[in-house]
Amino acid sequence: MISLNWVKEYIDLKNENLKDLAVKVTEAGINIEKVITNHIDNLVVGEVIECVNHPDSDHLHVCKVNVGEVIQIVCGASNVRSGIKVIVALPGAVLPGNFEIKKGKIRGVESNGMICALFELGLEEKNEENYNKGITELGSDAIVGTDALEYLGYDDTVYELDVHKHRNNDCYYHIGFAYEIAAILGKKVTLPEANYSEIEENIKDYFSLEVATKKCPYYLAKMVKDVKIKESPEFIKRRLISVGMRPINNVVDISNYVMLEYGQPMHFFDKDKLGNKILVRDASDEVITTLDGKERKLNQNDIVITDTIKPVCIAGVMGGENTEIDENTKNILIESAIFDATSIRNTANRLNLKSEASIRYGKGLNYEYTLNAINRACYLLEKYADAKILSGIVCHDEVDKTPKKVSFKTEEINKMLGIKITDEDVITELNKLDFPFVHDNDLFSVTIPNRRLDIDANINDIAEEIGRLYGYHNLVATLPRVPIRRGVYVKDVLLRKEVSKRLRSLGLNECKTYTLVSPSMSKQFVYENKENIVLPNPMSVDKSVIRTTLIPSLLNIYDYNKARNVKDIFLYEIAKTYDVNFTEDVKVAVLIKGNYIVNEWQNVKVNADFYVLKGILENLLDYLGFKNRYDLEVESISDMHPGICARVLLDRDSIGIIGRVNPMISKDDIYVLELSLTKIYDKKIKPLKYKEQSKFPSITKDLAFIVKKNISAKEITKEINHAGGRLLTNVNVFDVYTGDKVNEDEKSLAFSLTFMDSTKTLTDEEVMSVFDKIIAGVTSKFNAVLRDK
Amino acid sequence: MEEKVLKIKEELQNKLTNINNLKELNDLKVEYLGKKGLVSSLSSMMSSLSIEEKKSFGKLLNDLKNEVTSKIDELKEKLEKEELNKKLENERIDISLPATKISCGAPNILEKIIEEVESVFMSMGYDVVDGPEIELDHYNFELLNIPKGHPARDAQDTFYIKDEEVLLRSQTSPVQARVMLENGGKKPIRMICPGKTYRRDDDDATHSHQFMQIEGLLIDKNISLSDLKGTFDVISKKLFGENVETRFRPSYYQFTEPSVETDISCFVCGGKGCSLCKNTGWITVSGAGMVHPNVLRNCGYDPKEWSGFAFGFGAERLAMLKYGINDIRTFYQTDLRDSKNFDRKEV
Repeated sequence: MISLNWVKEYIDLKNENLKDLAVKVTEAGINIEKVITNHIDNLVVGEVIECVNHPDSDHLHVCKVNVGEVIQIVCGASNVRSGIKVIVALPGAVLPGNFEIKKGKIRGVESNGMICALFELGLEEKNEENYNKGITELGSDAIVGTDALEYLGYDDTVYELDVHKHRNNDCYYHIGFAYEIAAILGKKVTLPEANYSEIEENIKDYFSLEVATKKCPYYLAKMVKDVKIKESPEFIKRRLISVGMRPINNVVDISNYVMLEYGQPMHFFDKDKLGNKILVRDASDEVITTLDGKERKLNQNDIVITDTIKPVCIAGVMGGENTEIDENTKNILIESAIFDATSIRNTANRLNLKSEASIRYGKGLNYEYTLNAINRACYLLEKYADAKILSGIVCHDEVDKTPKKVSFKTEEINKMLGIKITDEDVITELNKLDFPFVHDNDLFSVTIPNRRLDIDANINDIAEEIGRLYGYHNLVATLPRVPIRRGVYVKDVLLRKEVSKRLRSLGLNECKTYTLVSPSMSKQFVYENKENIVLPNPMSVDKSVIRTTLIPSLLNIYDYNKARNVKDIFLYEIAKTYDVNFTEDVKVAVLIKGNYIVNEWQNVKVNADFYVLKGILENLLDYLGFKNRYDLEVESISDMHPGICARVLLDRDSIGIIGRVNPMISKDDIYVLELSLTKIYDKKIKPLKYKEQSKFPSITKDLAFIVKKNISAKEITKEINHAGGRLLTNVNVFDVYTGDKVNEDEKSLAFSLTFMDSTKTLTDEEVMSVFDKIIAGVTSKFNAVLRDK
Repeated sequence: MEEKVLKIKEELQNKLTNINNLKELNDLKVEYLGKKGLVSSLSSMMSSLSIEEKKSFGKLLNDLKNEVTSKIDELKEKLEKEELNKKLENERIDISLPATKISCGAPNILEKIIEEVESVFMSMGYDVVDGPEIELDHYNFELLNIPKGHPARDAQDTFYIKDEEVLLRSQTSPVQARVMLENGGKKPIRMICPGKTYRRDDDDATHSHQFMQIEGLLIDKNISLSDLKGTFDVISKKLFGENVETRFRPSYYQFTEPSVETDISCFVCGGKGCSLCKNTGWITVSGAGMVHPNVLRNCGYDPKEWSGFAFGFGAERLAMLKYGINDIRTFYQTDLRDSKNFDRKEV
């Protein structure tokens, strides 16, 4: 929060429209989220020149009020009387609550405005006490007809900033912000007054300092005597309130006030409670009660201010209760220091103690302002707390004061931004930024001011500063001058896209689920020898393990849709999985349930079952170029139906699993498949080649065998193929029968065989000879019986 | 003789008008043209005639045969057509009955937008590259100018897996660092690397501990911020319509300098101000900037010779804006009722 009334102390903003200025500031990179203004139109100073009782009321008054012209107002306040100056809301004024003042009649008497109390303007709390005070009386110096809020000093505009992290440190205090405005408007900043007189006594007579940590490069201390604790002057109170800080007393308020001016937090110790020495050191396992009354446990990562024996302040975070300023405080030790920013952030985070001070320390500080701030505080304490300032300053100084310098030519800026500005333009912008520089021939040497901690000594940073003042809206859009080519999907990204495309075309809907799963999910469908990664600090148990399989996640999506009455559920997901060795395995999982193809009134239904999923699997693998290279192998896998489950093999290597979800997991008839795309990606395929189809006719013959139930179609097909030799081109199962016509432990399998010779038309004799060989082979190998036609 | 022929013709004409179906017609055909039919019986009379008469009668008979054949065939064709029409009429179906459901699967909404962005960038020569989701601190932060203890790390509250070294990547930028290192500071780069990222955010309507970024990088010689502006214009217009305007605002990212936030004019109100753009007329869609010299150097590119820009979109944000989705969890729930709506081409 930045008060523009406050900023006006350091820079001339007369005749600036503050709303337009906010737009300019935002365009230059400091995002102003909100412009809050408490100006109220038609709210003026008036003088009551006549006050008589209302003829028709026992408490209303009819007043003649001079607001430049004399108008009549009916007023109910008990304290209204002739001769006082008041706040008058004229017709057209809109008071808080969207209450618009209009001309009207009150109990028959004309009233052309309203005499106001502060609470009616939203400037004081609306309570009984304020209500009973009646209307607000202004001083006799108020000028009739002028803006009443301006007279009261409440006429302020406040910017609410959303500054990116790097600029917080110079734009969250008023002087830093003044520099930003100065750069935009091309104006100069004047620093506030900090001259005070010192008494003869020297701080060194009463106080000594020792710094025993590397994390405190700069520590300044001044001492003041005989302060009078009282209320702060109006302007300090008003400004603190305007940026959302509650005034407490003059001393506390001054430390806050200076922090909001220079961005330098300060700590005031009650000198009499503190003693004569400060030792700044790394904390050990110790305890301190902070100003908010809470006990805080420290450790060796924190920085602590001690009186050599016990902690008196968690450096940069919060002071201790034991040296707190109270209404009896007389002598104060002022600390203005710089601590290691990372350490402060860590401490504040760990203790969950984000104070105005710790936020500022945590972003880093400008050492020049550490001194400015302590002097400014002395000035204000002398003026508003009757402090006597001891001469001398106690100082620990290990600050690296090497200036940041950068040299560049204008053409380098132009090249980076794609603009065309001249050396003169650069000079103008550097002057606006108030960056000291030397311009020699065409070479600029710029010294970055310490207040701009965000700028590093490189050309990009300077280009950015010049660019944002030049205005990015002035950039002309160009395209990079690079050779024309088409980009590609690199490596296995292409495979993932191809699989995705194919699965979508097979009717499966793509899912995206979370990589982090619960421990119970991670223990389902374990079919590989993999150990899970468990997060050391998860946000919650249900997202604490990195998954190795996607199937449990798809089951969640299944449940979600089922609960929404979706019946036909066809899903897939492609995602990366990791095991405990951080080995990556990209997987694709498929889940099917319900009707794959349906037309109910025609009684057409292809219900998702094992064979539909097997069809999807084969379609995918054929598409990927693996025809005749894959196989299924029966295997029991946890959480799968023990009789409906297999491992998927590609070139005899396991690439995944397929089967029905065990009814213990879900009673629904759900089928799932999971494949490793990483393993598939490693397999080579042959280039696509045209193969001429045979010109000669084929002959199809059917036959059926009765075999034991445990003999698989695959085994018989294999034997048929073996016996069939070159002329047998296709084997297809067209019927499977179990029932009355065969024994209970038997089944009948019917095959349709296709014969063809690519060099000639086959004769019946040739086919029959092969056919007989097949029958002989199968019957002898499986003890099968050829079924009669 | 001629009379007989004439008579046959007349009779035929009469009989033809009374024929209603193909069977009757076939009987008629036999009656006239069959082996013992009327026309044949006439020809049997030929033997008793003189050569001269045979000649003229032969012609007469032939004409008759042709005429009878053509008349019968004509009627046959007509009757066949009528019969087919009748049959087809009987086959009339109720086309209003429900179709056999043939469904294709739908893409995940995020993937849909990613594929769209990919196709635009691929057309401009950018490769689509992928990298690991479990990363080393070195790639995720250090190389990108975010040293240990830097406040930028606080904002990307990271899931660490092992000590402070192995983590779930908090951004996809490490892929860029990897590609730069692979190219050894010698080759120009054009790439995008869409992918999953993870940060310790509590899931709600606008936050997700897992989300997707689409980051891109171009490195070459003589690349400027204006080139970034032009590139951003292309992608914005492709995604949100030819009428959108773009603007850059100064911003800050650790791995770019200068950095910008990239806005598009509100495609709902056209810049007049509405609830989507919070009355500003502009919507922020990405962050971008010129690759920081430290990052170039860390990844083997000499900043004196090479320059480039990087940009990053949030896939969820793009999709939420483009399709009017208000809850980020939508993307991770896969409500198939939503999926069905998204199984279609864009405008």
